[in-house]
Amino acid sequence: MSDGPTYAETCRGSLARQAAEAAAERRSLLEEARCGISCAFGDSRVVAKRYLLHYLRQPRLLVFSTIQPVMFVLLFRYVFGGAIDARALPSADYVSFLLPGILVQATTFGATNTAVGISEDLRTGVIDRFRSLPMSRVAVLAGRTLSDLVRNTFVVLLMTAVGYALGFRFQNGIIAAVGTLLIVIMFSYALSWIYAFVGLTAKGAETAQTASFVVTFPIVFASSVFVPVDTFPSWLQTVAEYNPITKVADAARGLALGDPLPWLQPVLWAMAWIVGIAAIFVPLALWRFRRGD
Amino acid sequence: MDAIHIQDLEKTYGDTVALAGIDLAIPEGIVYGLLGPNGAGKTTVVRILATLLKPDSGRAEVLGFDVLREPELVRRIIGLAGQFAAVDEILTGRENLEMVGRLYHLSAGEARRRTVDLLERFDLIAAADRAVKTYSGGMRRRLDLAASLLNRPAVLFLDEPTTGLDPRSRLGLWDIINDLVREGTTLLLTTQYLEEADRLCQRLAVIDEGAVIEEGTTDELKTRMGGSVLEMRVADGDRLADAAGIVERVARSTPQVDRELGRLTAPAERDGVSLVVRTAEAFDEAGVDVTDLGLRRPTLDDVFLNLTGRKPMQPEDEETPGDAPEPAGVGEGRS
Repeated sequence: MSDGPTYAETCRGSLARQAAEAAAERRSLLEEARCGISCAFGDSRVVAKRYLLHYLRQPRLLVFSTIQPVMFVLLFRYVFGGAIDARALPSADYVSFLLPGILVQATTFGATNTAVGISEDLRTGVIDRFRSLPMSRVAVLAGRTLSDLVRNTFVVLLMTAVGYALGFRFQNGIIAAVGTLLIVIMFSYALSWIYAFVGLTAKGAETAQTASFVVTFPIVFASSVFVPVDTFPSWLQTVAEYNPITKVADAARGLALGDPLPWLQPVLWAMAWIVGIAAIFVPLALWRFRRGD
Repeated sequence: MDAIHIQDLEKTYGDTVALAGIDLAIPEGIVYGLLGPNGAGKTTVVRILATLLKPDSGRAEVLGFDVLREPELVRRIIGLAGQFAAVDEILTGRENLEMVGRLYHLSAGEARRRTVDLLERFDLIAAADRAVKTYSGGMRRRLDLAASLLNRPAVLFLDEPTTGLDPRSRLGLWDIINDLVREGTTLLLTTQYLEEADRLCQRLAVIDEGAVIEEGTTDELKTRMGGSVLEMRVADGDRLADAAGIVERVARSTPQVDRELGRLTAPAERDGVSLVVRTAEAFDEAGVDVTDLGLRRPTLDDVFLNLTGRKPMQPEDEETPGDAPEPAGVGEGRS
């Protein structure tokens, strides 16, 4: 008899080797199938394109995200604006005060569409289809919020143009002007994630819409968006002081108009809110999406 | 290796048990049917296999890939067409398919090519650039099915593919499904329609209340019902209970009673002809009038009824449940 391995040992060795090879092959397959960063970006772009096409093809959405904010500007400027005492304002005239605020209002109202859109996709089964595809797990929400970002940028630029036609001017230089728009856009992006979470959680699109509206409407009006908060009753002033919409509107206004308005403190507050909302709602919405039903 | 292997799968929603421990082994290259009434757990099985839902316990594998531990791999080899056509209403048919193709990580050119192929194959090319909201129900289903085929899946899940379709669209979809199987795709199909299961599936599992209550080829299931079925109609609806009692005594099995049709059916395992004679005599003695009495081959309906105690859904009567159509060829002569 030789000193080499027995037949049984050879078999065991070869089986073990085969098992190890199979396991390694499985790992590399899994590695290959995992959707990395660039794949996540690509998928998000595909999803964002879909939602942007929705905007372009549904007159209802297009009207609500563009014509409605413009009507708000006109309404407040010409209908309510005359009754507002310019001496009570920290700015030269009402349109200067109004415009930075109404940018925040428009993008905030627009964000409710995210909740409705996502919840509609859940109902129709489109989200199920996405979840059964080998695509990035973050791409549906990242793509949806990316499309919101594009839309919000468009809305903010459109409204600034309308503001310019009505006499609004940035008074603090180009960098501060860009900062004004950026802070509004970043805030609306963070909000998209809240509404994405609402859309994933709400039972049905109508619930999503109602829930979004009931919360959004008072928050936007109990803020410094339309008038200075010092005209509010004192309890409401307290509420408005802590309202993130007030902070963002004040930051946008401070950056747009400059002296005598403060800008640094409101901007820091606004940034804190943006980061805070994103830190909570991005993971929360992604978790809700992955968990499924 | 099995295309689908399921072991002791359990899933509970609150107090509702959706799956009470299901085992299935589905070989490659066949159409396998999950048959069962609404709420039986068919969709839950499909959702777990398609990685949309996590079971509470148990294992599920698709072509050897674990749906819980390797969902990324499972998603690359499966296709899913749901009960509700998961297509985007606002986009055109072409845009829908190209989008899904890109999300399968096909190149833009490849996604475009396969989209055109599928649109042609499913007779949607003329409507390719119309918004899906203008499509008929049958067209949407075909588009949904096309979307699930962009990746040329090895295993395809069809969750009630023809529910709610008119008979013509249903036939069209059946042809498409038959073609797919010829190409070697393994297909798991859930349905409430026995005719659909009979036409398409090589093997079946009958599911009720989250458990497999019978499994086998359609012929096996029919044979297990017994050689034939004793069927009779009672003229006077009020005497149905009496008649059922007689059948139970003579045939030694509890008959299924269809009140609307006044029909009784019972498995007739052997001595069918003598059973007919004895039943007729017993009815005669008891003075119960029957309008029809005879033996026939079991259908899947009988299997289903016998197993679940419920009438299966018929494609024709889904709009008006409970209004079952008269089966063709039923004699009216008095016995």
